[in-house]
Amino acid sequence: MGARKPRVAFFSFACCEGCQLEVLSLEEELPALLEEVDIVEFREAMTEQADNYDISFIEGSITREEDKAQLYDIRKRSKVVVALGACAAIVGINAVKNSFTKDEWLDTVYGKDREYFEDTIPAVAIDEVIPVEYKIHGCPINKYEFVDVVKDVLLGKKLVQKNYPVCVECKLKGNVCMYDIGRTCLGPIIRAGCGAACPTFGGGCEGCRGLVDDPNRDSAKELLASHNLTVDDIMREFSIFLNKAEEKK
Amino acid sequence: MGNNSFNINVHHITRVEGHGSISVDVKNGEIKDIKWEVVEAPRFFELMLKGKRYHQASHITSRICGICALGHTLASLRATEAAFDITPSEQTYLLRKLALHGETISSHILHVYFLVAPDLFNVKSVVPLVKTHTDVVLRALRLKKLGNDLGDIVAGRKIHPITLAVNGLTHIPSEKELIDMRKRLIDSLVDMDETVKLLQTVKMPDVERHIEFVALTKEGEYAFYDGNIKSTEREEVFTPQQYRELIKEFIVPYSTAKYAHAVKGEYMVGALARYNINYDKLTDRAKEASAALGLQPVNYNPFMNNIAQVVETVHCIEDAINIIDKLLENELKEEKIVVKTKRGQGVGAVEVPRGVLIHDYTYNENGIMEKANCIIPTNQNHANIEADFKTYTPKILDKPKEEIRQFLEMLVRAYDPCISCSTHLLDVKFV
Repeated sequence: MGARKPRVAFFSFACCEGCQLEVLSLEEELPALLEEVDIVEFREAMTEQADNYDISFIEGSITREEDKAQLYDIRKRSKVVVALGACAAIVGINAVKNSFTKDEWLDTVYGKDREYFEDTIPAVAIDEVIPVEYKIHGCPINKYEFVDVVKDVLLGKKLVQKNYPVCVECKLKGNVCMYDIGRTCLGPIIRAGCGAACPTFGGGCEGCRGLVDDPNRDSAKELLASHNLTVDDIMREFSIFLNKAEEKK
Repeated sequence: MGNNSFNINVHHITRVEGHGSISVDVKNGEIKDIKWEVVEAPRFFELMLKGKRYHQASHITSRICGICALGHTLASLRATEAAFDITPSEQTYLLRKLALHGETISSHILHVYFLVAPDLFNVKSVVPLVKTHTDVVLRALRLKKLGNDLGDIVAGRKIHPITLAVNGLTHIPSEKELIDMRKRLIDSLVDMDETVKLLQTVKMPDVERHIEFVALTKEGEYAFYDGNIKSTEREEVFTPQQYRELIKEFIVPYSTAKYAHAVKGEYMVGALARYNINYDKLTDRAKEASAALGLQPVNYNPFMNNIAQVVETVHCIEDAINIIDKLLENELKEEKIVVKTKRGQGVGAVEVPRGVLIHDYTYNENGIMEKANCIIPTNQNHANIEADFKTYTPKILDKPKEEIRQFLEMLVRAYDPCISCSTHLLDVKFV
């Protein structure tokens, strides 16, 4: 013995903290996980704080200039940084805000009191501010992928993204194709890893894991169009999670 | 106290959801300034909804909050259904109520065991308790998993639900899943007995201040999923559609979340508010738990919110069993989802773990969102937390600074604030 356990920390920026909650909902795995690592910072669940970390999981998007300084600081003190969930990895739901202007954000929401909140900026992903070693996609994350990533880092394995679409996992599950029951689904172009969670429960893929590296967008659009959907409908289907998808993978 | 001077600044209080700060400035025994500040980055959800189609609304708003994602989904669906004049089937109604109980159980257990219990055992987090109080931690994990699994079997996924849709569900649980869950719910009542015993050993700080409570209320049941809005300061009730007659929101410069006032001014929502307003409708076992824990209506001690959460957890488990019995008796069937959009405005009000949550939507005739407002429980509590600070801090000024700080932190935690939720930010037009 004697070797110290790897130190793991969690940080969150603009998000719903649902990905951290997914980690907390590993009820059966948590006691064993805590044998292997020391969780040294997790504001949502702990009061302690630490100076440096072997793995930092960062949840949320950056939406204020002041948050960037904290991010630089976390990077300096971390060996491995992992973007945890869609908001951190591809801006997620926060990117919807970017499709409006700053005046629209402030006037609609704060009206005459907008002057107090001028420091808000367009939402960006973590790797637009600091380099990250890995991204765990999803809104929320698949908690078992989180466990796999921790294991791989502990074993010193190279972290590799899945690069095939949700359709592959969906077919393996034996699901009926959403298009065959008159629904829309972004499964053909979205990165797998969720186990086709939404189609399995009767919902079309909304693209929370972002695009695969070389998505066939035209064919996806044709597919939607062949089901009598208008361009507006199609663009709206892409509008929850894929606002920044072209440049973020 | 006399010439006692100090500053307390708790930047980003721990063991709460989201980012909030406490600041106290005392000079010569006199409080110069005392604040509860929400410093979470704002996210502008109402604006995000603009121009989206009706079926996307609940998928966007569930992302306001990971912990009450299911409650946001239900408030959203109910607002949309109110706007379109849709009344979902009995089966949909029962399944939604069942899923919501899962979220309440899971959230209350997370709060009582993971966020509050460390204060009670005098440790800084639940982690050291894994070694010293293994049985307590395993029980907490079992109960939390029960709530999560209940949410999962109905909603497909408790955090950001999949199956819950306007006027129906895209997937229904199997009979076997419900029967298995029923057994686990019954077994969990033993764990709740132990939870009650554990909390009997704890002495909550003894404070009291006349508080206005606001919660949903309904004839014949302890309201969670639906009902009218009731304030303890008014005789009459308000329909969800009339919420603006009771609740007024406003902005304070040091907080990115909005504050709210009702009849008296600041007010409290959440487990204690529901308990005080709807005590009569608790299940017998929940009433027994309440008596064993020394809680009686009307109780004005915010620290007892934790106890009310335990009482409600017992209630939710028993009521979930009853709902499953009804579903099994009616026999589950696949129902086709039909939605006819129309121009209109509608309000959905749901009791989520931290209090009453209101979504207010306006759609055009094609089911495209024109305007949205969401009133979040935690925002309704901010002003009350600050009023508590101002009432109780002068009484303990002679205590060591560290003790004052801990008292204020525990007070904030008792409200179980969900700050990431509260900074979705609200339309200010109706202030």
